Amino acid sequence: MAKPNQPTQPPAKKSKKAVPMPKQEPKVRARNFNEVALGYSEEQALEEAARCLNCPKPQCVVGCPVELDIPAFIKLIKERKYDEAIKKIKEKNSLPAICGRVCPQEEQCQKLCVLGKIGEPTAIGRLERFAADYELKKGVDTPTLPTSTGKKVAIIGAGPAGLTAAADLAKFGHEVVIFEALHVPGGVLVYGIPEFRLPKKIVEAEVEYIKKLGVKIQTDALIGRLHTIEDLFKKGFDAVFIGTGAGLPQFMRIPGENLGGIYSANEFLIRVNLMKSYRFPEYDTPIRIGKKVAVIGGGNVAMDSARSALRLGAEEVCIVYRRSREELPAREEEIENAEEEGIVCKFLAAPIRFIGDEKGWVKGMECILMQLGEPDESGRRRPVPIKGSEFIMDVDTVIVAIGRTPNPIIQTTTKGLQTTKWGTIIVDEKTGQTSIPGVFAGGDIVTGEATVISAMGAGKRAARAINEYLMQKKS
Amino acid sequence: MYKIITKRELAPKIKLFEIHAPEIAEQARPGQFVIVRLHEKGERVPLTIAGYDRHKGTITIVFNEVGKTTKELGCLNNGDSILNLAGPLGNPSEIQKFGRVLVVGGGVMTAPLYLVAKALRDAGNELTVVVGARIKDLLIYEKEMKNIADEFYVTTDDGSKGQKGLDFLKELLSKKHFDRAVVMGPVVMMKTVSEITKPFSVKTIVTLTPIMVDGMGMCGACRVTVKGETKFGCVDGPEFDGHAVDFDELIKRQRVYLPEERVASVFYEKIGGCACGEA
Ligand SMILES: Cc1cc2nc3c(=O)[nH]c(=O)nc-3n(C[C@H](O)[C@H](O)[C@H](O)COP(=O)(O)OP(=O)(O)OC[C@H]3O[C@@H](n4cnc5c(N)ncnc54)[C@H](O)[C@@H]3O)c2cc1C
Ligand SMILES: Cc1cc2nc3c(=O)[nH]c(=O)nc-3n(C[C@H](O)[C@H](O)[C@H](O)COP(=O)(O)OP(=O)(O)OC[C@H]3O[C@@H](n4cnc5c(N)ncnc54)[C@H](O)[C@@H]3O)c2cc1C
Ligand code: SF4
Ligand code: SF4
Ligand code: FES
Repeated sequence: MAKPNQPTQPPAKKSKKAVPMPKQEPKVRARNFNEVALGYSEEQALEEAARCLNCPKPQCVVGCPVELDIPAFIKLIKERKYDEAIKKIKEKNSLPAICGRVCPQEEQCQKLCVLGKIGEPTAIGRLERFAADYELKKGVDTPTLPTSTGKKVAIIGAGPAGLTAAADLAKFGHEVVIFEALHVPGGVLVYGIPEFRLPKKIVEAEVEYIKKLGVKIQTDALIGRLHTIEDLFKKGFDAVFIGTGAGLPQFMRIPGENLGGIYSANEFLIRVNLMKSYRFPEYDTPIRIGKKVAVIGGGNVAMDSARSALRLGAEEVCIVYRRSREELPAREEEIENAEEEGIVCKFLAAPIRFIGDEKGWVKGMECILMQLGEPDESGRRRPVPIKGSEFIMDVDTVIVAIGRTPNPIIQTTTKGLQTTKWGTIIVDEKTGQTSIPGVFAGGDIVTGEATVISAMGAGKRAARAINEYLMQKKS
Repeated sequence: MYKIITKRELAPKIKLFEIHAPEIAEQARPGQFVIVRLHEKGERVPLTIAGYDRHKGTITIVFNEVGKTTKELGCLNNGDSILNLAGPLGNPSEIQKFGRVLVVGGGVMTAPLYLVAKALRDAGNELTVVVGARIKDLLIYEKEMKNIADEFYVTTDDGSKGQKGLDFLKELLSKKHFDRAVVMGPVVMMKTVSEITKPFSVKTIVTLTPIMVDGMGMCGACRVTVKGETKFGCVDGPEFDGHAVDFDELIKRQRVYLPEERVASVFYEKIGGCACGEA
């Protein structure tokens, strides 16, 4: 083990460790909503880029869902050709400032990096973020627009899948209109992932870029109610892409779940992020956060909820998860961040009942302890309740972050659209084509809850297929 | 941006707006609602559609000034605009020929109920209409409702006009057979009417108004218990079977943000309220 405060190694010898990400101090950041990770300086980026071996057969690329040419862009950073580096990235990824921040890199590109075999892998995501932030600071070039094809495509949902499909279709020369149900575009990027992990001005800048490509965005437009997909074809659209995400929160169906003070993670995060209730009463939407907060679940959504609750002034925030630490599905980096900030975890426990006060506000949560049994379908060991181990936790706020399912409005209002029993839309994997000709889908609405980059990958594939479909169709 | 075309005051603190929103007007049906957001810092507030004109491309809302957002809304005038208007949301009211229908409206919700009642009458139903309010000055849509009713009653909590309270409904129900009851109004009133109709086995449809955030099935703030099951008011409703709703839970859930709402309202008035000096 390296001793702390060791002098930095001579630059000639490459470190086995990645250059650490500069961050706000845990004590300070636990009480503000500013971004936690501050981003590499130029020197840090150069030092980290120098670690990459520019492998001739790079494994990292295999791990990236959009097959970013990683060695090429890192080489350009080494050569200080930042403009070219970002151009290289944007050939494959139209939202790099976002992916560099929120991709689960340790599960994707970095997992397969050769350096990982002898030490830490190249910090690909951090370098990607560096190049993207460099460009945002400098001002993004307006792309040259291709000649119009005269074809019109409607995109439903302005999350990562819809935005990516829109950008690529505009680059092909089609007229693109995005219909977004909420009052701002961005999907989970604006209503779910908190400011301290992904500043909203970054999302705004990426959306601005997509608008510069000629894409029109109509907000307040819930498709299925305002227009059906059939209506869209009648209005002159030649193809439709559905990217409506997995936005319906799940509950546990246990007694007391509708007491005051019990939020779905979606409600909690929508209030905080989208409606900016952390700035109430300057902003009109209130949020009530108590002193003792329990968050149920163990994914990114649970971490984001717990860390937001802390920032809103909760005294104690406890994550209650029914498996053990090893099984936590959240990103390692975010678990560490949460722990540094003082969030505690209660593993191998699950709530069975909520107890309310006379006003109908939650005051306690009865839990039961678990032990891990045989692996279930997901390959993780199934938690089994231990009889007689019930105990009561004092809580005054509970956030339920146990997963979300597809929003059903499109499925129930579109005749002939085939879905699975989980409500996800069935598509041809290569093209994203649904059971209705000219209607494509991708992102969480097809896969169930996944990642930003996989939703973008689906948007890209569908854009290519839609382009082919439109160019073949003579009219 | 959505422009206000007409503004009228129907009763103290109850206002009617006709708003230019052609796309919504084209699709709207009785019983659906919209979500309004006034400005960049605004809250998303649900209001029921009280009318639409597909030719003019307008929808009508009628609202009660109860807190910060509705007070601020009430200060807007003809020609002013609202930043966001999403809709139509929720399931339309079930309209078909039932036979004889008891229609009961309370307070501000009498306005959207008129739209539903008109559709019920056009579908061939015979209507007994009851229009109610706390006091006589707060009664709205009396004339309109009377015009489409086969039988018409007014009720006030204090008895200042018409019947006092809702007890007279029992007599009405025991004298006549009803095939259905449709109720829109304050939750407490909907609860009372549902309790009155239950022994007579008259299917009673209520429009629930839980607190909402997105209004599109994304947050679960609007969850209500119906027949022991959790439902989302915005996508499963807003209409539900009044005999199966857990009204007491709904009443508690509606009060969740009371302290914060007061803060917002006081804060708003401190910074000057609105220019019209009514806040
Ligand atoms: C709190 C949280 C944290 C996360 N953290 C990470 C992370 O760190 N890294 C990562 O890779 N992934 C993360 N994810 C997952 C990731 O955000 C999603 O997988 C991704 O956003 C899916 O993209 P999408 O475009 O399919 O859908 P969404 O982002 O859900 O966007 C769908 C959009 O469609 C709109 N819409 C829905 N229905 C309609 C309709 N009928 N008409 C019009 N518009 C409609 C919605 O309002 C929304 O804007 C996180 C998710 C959450 C909730
Ligand atoms: C589907 C639906 C349809 C509605 N239609 C209408 C309508 O047509 N006309 C109308 O005037 N109002 C309607 N409401 C109620 C309206 O949305 C609330 O009055 C409004 O949100 C109050 O906002 P505010 O900021 O002015 O007041 P706040 O400061 O938020 O609240 C002030 C007071 O109103 C109560 N309140 C808050 N939200 C609600 C709610 N959802 N239901 C009932 N009381 C509430 C609070 O408990 C408090 O006492 C509807 C609500 C729903 C859910
Ligand atoms: S997009 Fe994500 S997976 Fe691909 S290289 Fe960037 S960080 Fe890695
Ligand atoms: S595998 Fe690692 S070292 Fe090799 S090119 Fe990719 S990032 Fe560089
Ligand atoms: S208001 Fe959010 S789910 Fe109904």
